[in-house]
Amino acid sequence: MNAPVNPPDRNTKVMNRFDLTSRLVAKLKNEEAVVGGIGNTNFDLWAAGHRPQNFYMLGSMGLAFPIALGVALAQPKRRVFALEGDGSLLMQLGSLSTIAALAPKNLTMVVMDNGIYQITGAQPTPAAALADIVAIAVASGIADSAWAADEEDFERLIEQSLTAAAPALIGVRIDDKPGTGTTRRDPVQIRERFMHGMGVRQPL
Amino acid sequence: MAVAEKTSPHASQEPAQEKTWHGIVQQTLKRNDIRLVPYVPDRVLTALIKNLHADPYFTTFPTAREEEAVGIVSGAWMAGMKGAVLMQTSGFATLANVLASLAVPYQIPLIMFVSERGTLGEFNYGQALVCRTMRPVLDSLAMEHHTCTRLDEFEFIVDRSIKQAVTTQAPVALILSPLLTGGKVFDK
Repeated sequence: MNAPVNPPDRNTKVMNRFDLTSRLVAKLKNEEAVVGGIGNTNFDLWAAGHRPQNFYMLGSMGLAFPIALGVALAQPKRRVFALEGDGSLLMQLGSLSTIAALAPKNLTMVVMDNGIYQITGAQPTPAAALADIVAIAVASGIADSAWAADEEDFERLIEQSLTAAAPALIGVRIDDKPGTGTTRRDPVQIRERFMHGMGVRQPL
Repeated sequence: MAVAEKTSPHASQEPAQEKTWHGIVQQTLKRNDIRLVPYVPDRVLTALIKNLHADPYFTTFPTAREEEAVGIVSGAWMAGMKGAVLMQTSGFATLANVLASLAVPYQIPLIMFVSERGTLGEFNYGQALVCRTMRPVLDSLAMEHHTCTRLDEFEFIVDRSIKQAVTTQAPVALILSPLLTGGKVFDK
């Protein structure tokens, strides 16, 4: 592909988005909310098995973390996960500062970093092989930020975040594979089912 | 007699001070159970932002961008907490994508208060130009919007617009004209 997906100076394994998403979903036992960012990130969330607590974005690139922050503020007793691509996060780096300032205890952010805009033709992002997203998160005030070294480390970091007292961010290097499935693009149903999953509404 | 009047519940609930536009926003948000108010600040909104921060009823905070605030209140509403976003005209101009891809298609009752720059005494040509993009964007998405100019109508517009947004699950923009707020004038 066009871009390096694993800069040589980083001791992190290149993993796979669908595999990591499936590992995360398998750990969810308490109706945790999961917000999937646009494109492949939510396609793989969909492919990992639909849950009513999943929210799939069909646009508004970069807003997975802000949407998840809103869910976390509204329901402080529910753990909220947000899955976002590196290119998406670059559009909304300021949201990391907002999240650091509000410091919700129930928010875990996962950044799927392949250094490319995979879905538009695998063009490299401006940050590819240069900017370190975990370092950016730390500098934004999210102290509990770390790269996952491999799949086991990712699972350990996810479990650690479940009982964290501050927002957590996990960076994962991923390969250049496209998403495994395709989310059904029905925004009203996605929103309505998510609201059922959040327990704020009953089905008609 | 005078002492009794001063200490009566009625007297303490109805202070003699005149109604302000920002006081109406604050009270109407409360009456409609809207607690979450992220904002990108504006000079005209200063008193409102200050008073919301001082009121423990509200969770109010700045965001780096207006679309971030839209994302936050959208997520919160889906999880059962109502919100509203404060911004100025130039901030609204950054929102076309999030309105068209999140608020409108997902049917989210996004409530926006937009302090109107760019008209009735604007001194910055860029503000005057960006202001002209606001209503065409709102109209192109068939979004409900009102330009609020009069204090005597303001509570009615705010209260009814919030209720309509929530019940019809559709966004609304309330544009706060300099005729209502005084606006921002050139003073160096």
